[in-house]
Amino acid sequence: MNSTAADTDIAVPRGQTEGSYLTDGYSVRSWLLSTDHKRIAMLYLASITFFFFIGGAAAALVRLNLIVPEGLLGSAEAYNRLFTMHGVIMVWFFLVPAVPVTLGNFMIPLMLGARDLAFPRLNLLSWYLFMAGGVVTLWALFSGGLDTGWTFYTPLSTAYAKGHVVMAVVGIFISGFSSIATGLNFIVTIHQLRAPGLTWYRLPVFIWSMYSLSVLLVLATPVLAITLVLLAFERLFHIGIFDPAIGGDPLLFQHLFWFYSHPAVYMMILPGFGVVSEIIPAFARKSLFGYKFVVWASVSIAVISFFVWGHHMYVAGTSLYSALLFSILSYLVAVPSAIKVFNWLGTLHKGYISFDAPMLYALGFVGLFTIGGLTGLWVAALAADVHLTQTYFVVAHFHYIMVGAMVSAFFGGLHYWWPKITGRMYPEMWARIAALIMFIGFNLTFFPQFILGYLGMPRRYFSYPPEFQVLNVLSSAGATILAAAYLLPLGYLVWSLLYGDKAPANPWRATGLEWKTPSPPPTVNFLVTPVVTTGPYEYPPPERTSG
Amino acid sequence: MTAGSGLPHEFQYADASHQANTAIAGMWLFLATEVLLFGGLILCWIYSRHWNPVGFDAGARQTALWIGTLNTALLITSSFLYALGVAFMRVGNARALIHCLVLTLMLALAFLVLKFGLEYRDDFARHLFPTATRFALTGAEAAGGRLFFIFYFLGTGLHGIHMLVGMGLLVWIIRRARRGEFSPQYYTPVEVVGLYWSFVDLVWLTLYPLIYLVGRG
Repeated sequence: MNSTAADTDIAVPRGQTEGSYLTDGYSVRSWLLSTDHKRIAMLYLASITFFFFIGGAAAALVRLNLIVPEGLLGSAEAYNRLFTMHGVIMVWFFLVPAVPVTLGNFMIPLMLGARDLAFPRLNLLSWYLFMAGGVVTLWALFSGGLDTGWTFYTPLSTAYAKGHVVMAVVGIFISGFSSIATGLNFIVTIHQLRAPGLTWYRLPVFIWSMYSLSVLLVLATPVLAITLVLLAFERLFHIGIFDPAIGGDPLLFQHLFWFYSHPAVYMMILPGFGVVSEIIPAFARKSLFGYKFVVWASVSIAVISFFVWGHHMYVAGTSLYSALLFSILSYLVAVPSAIKVFNWLGTLHKGYISFDAPMLYALGFVGLFTIGGLTGLWVAALAADVHLTQTYFVVAHFHYIMVGAMVSAFFGGLHYWWPKITGRMYPEMWARIAALIMFIGFNLTFFPQFILGYLGMPRRYFSYPPEFQVLNVLSSAGATILAAAYLLPLGYLVWSLLYGDKAPANPWRATGLEWKTPSPPPTVNFLVTPVVTTGPYEYPPPERTSG
Repeated sequence: MTAGSGLPHEFQYADASHQANTAIAGMWLFLATEVLLFGGLILCWIYSRHWNPVGFDAGARQTALWIGTLNTALLITSSFLYALGVAFMRVGNARALIHCLVLTLMLALAFLVLKFGLEYRDDFARHLFPTATRFALTGAEAAGGRLFFIFYFLGTGLHGIHMLVGMGLLVWIIRRARRGEFSPQYYTPVEVVGLYWSFVDLVWLTLYPLIYLVGRG
């Protein structure tokens, strides 16, 4: 993106003009009470890393249990609590917030040429809400846990489940308001704080996907919040809104829950689209192919995602006609998703591709997302879903999207912007190794689960018939590799903070306003407000060494 | 960039009016999330009524119509007074703004006293709380009646919490106005809180027929 300094720029009103946001105060207070979006992003990064490893540890124990057919842990009760813990932590405290609150929080103002988000104090409040919700939920999970699964289906959760259902629900309720605050802040910021000349069609796709994601956050999360309140009331007072024994309707809960939780899947994957759309042009040295199509694909995925929730309930007793309608609508999501994949491939076509670590993660994303998306069509089909629902096929499908694709994108973005965020280069060779191991480990973990599900192994059981053992052992072996791949970056990224090479302002020779300011950026982001005159991906024609 | 009015503003904005527009946009978006929050509740309410018409009608007949109606009048008047206050501030009459807001606050207080002091106490006394062992409604009306009163207490409780927050904001605005912080050029907080207060009013206008009118006929 070409930019020049605005000649009528106002003087820097706050903060220091030398050094960076990292050197602007060293006390604990200067971090915990900072309203700087970059510092808050770092607070969030530490928090979600913590939650990621807790949720990961629960997953490791789940896989450990499934090594032998009769269950290694020996307790169905413990197993149920473990997968609930895994789901609750991963969905609400890692996957939904991960990219927006860290990379989004850090990059949105930089990419817009702004000095901060529109509401910096609200941003800080959202971190405190997130932590408060996280602490309450962790407390519930570690003081005995609960065995409802992350979906909290009624009347299981309200009448029969043992454990701290209400406390977990309160934690999720609180963290929901953190999501709402973040989404609201992003939407208003993107509308109001774009640099002069930065028109909507000059916005990077990352910004567009953050915008689409934020719309989902602010519109879907309040519905989850009120649903959880109703659930907690029903459990506390034994009066039924969802309990059929006293005039309630359990399907009502499923409708409301999936009205949030299906868009939530897109909250997880939309940021991935954005990250990958930044990385691929930068490492193919080409303009993003079909920019407007990619942009509107994000927006239409966000819109359609509100109308597909019923596909979680094909076998729950909904009418055939509503199921048919939801099936057709679910197929519709495939259209913008495919548009994106083809546009990324179009960008790669005849590009001058270099396989740096961010690019490896991005390419992994494209592959895993394609597998996850295509298997989504299987379970969107009514007849196939009757066979596949509640089996490991579904587990494998959504893990390909939410873990394979989304976590790859998160790591891709983290490596891509790491030099900007920290001012240090990460060790390239280690990063490439980690990207490769992650891809292999992920596929080894989850591909066998497609086969298991197809053969009929149901999810959420702690034991299984002996003929499924080989595939389960393969899956658990893959999980070990995956765990190593997740621990590696933790090691070398922390190492790079101390010993990494100093990063230049633009190590990837990438376009985008975030690369126009020093690494790490000063507290005020831009000493002079940039003026934008061109589109987001104006890469010069590659300089080839031969013909 | 516009020259601006020279008023102070936060460092991420071009000028004070840019900041004011952003604040108002933020409040509108927040209210949209509130619509979805109450919307979920009201959806469940109407859905449950559809399947339990007898119990819901019986529940509605137990409510105190005069309190609900009086409270509706109080809230509408309070919103009118607030809007009047904003109009006074626009022409620079901070004193009239303060008078209007104090009256708004008093009407809100009257609402809460009627609602929670009188009506709730009466409901408890007549065994209308849904978990009451000797619940007032019996037979075919019992299950639906209990459901009705779950929604009644949840809806009015949630609305009451919003009123308390709003009253806190009113006190904050009154204090700032007394310190002379507002002028015809700058009264964004007054406008933003006004949007919120009107929304609280609007929620009540949805709850009022659901509680007191539907099924009474």
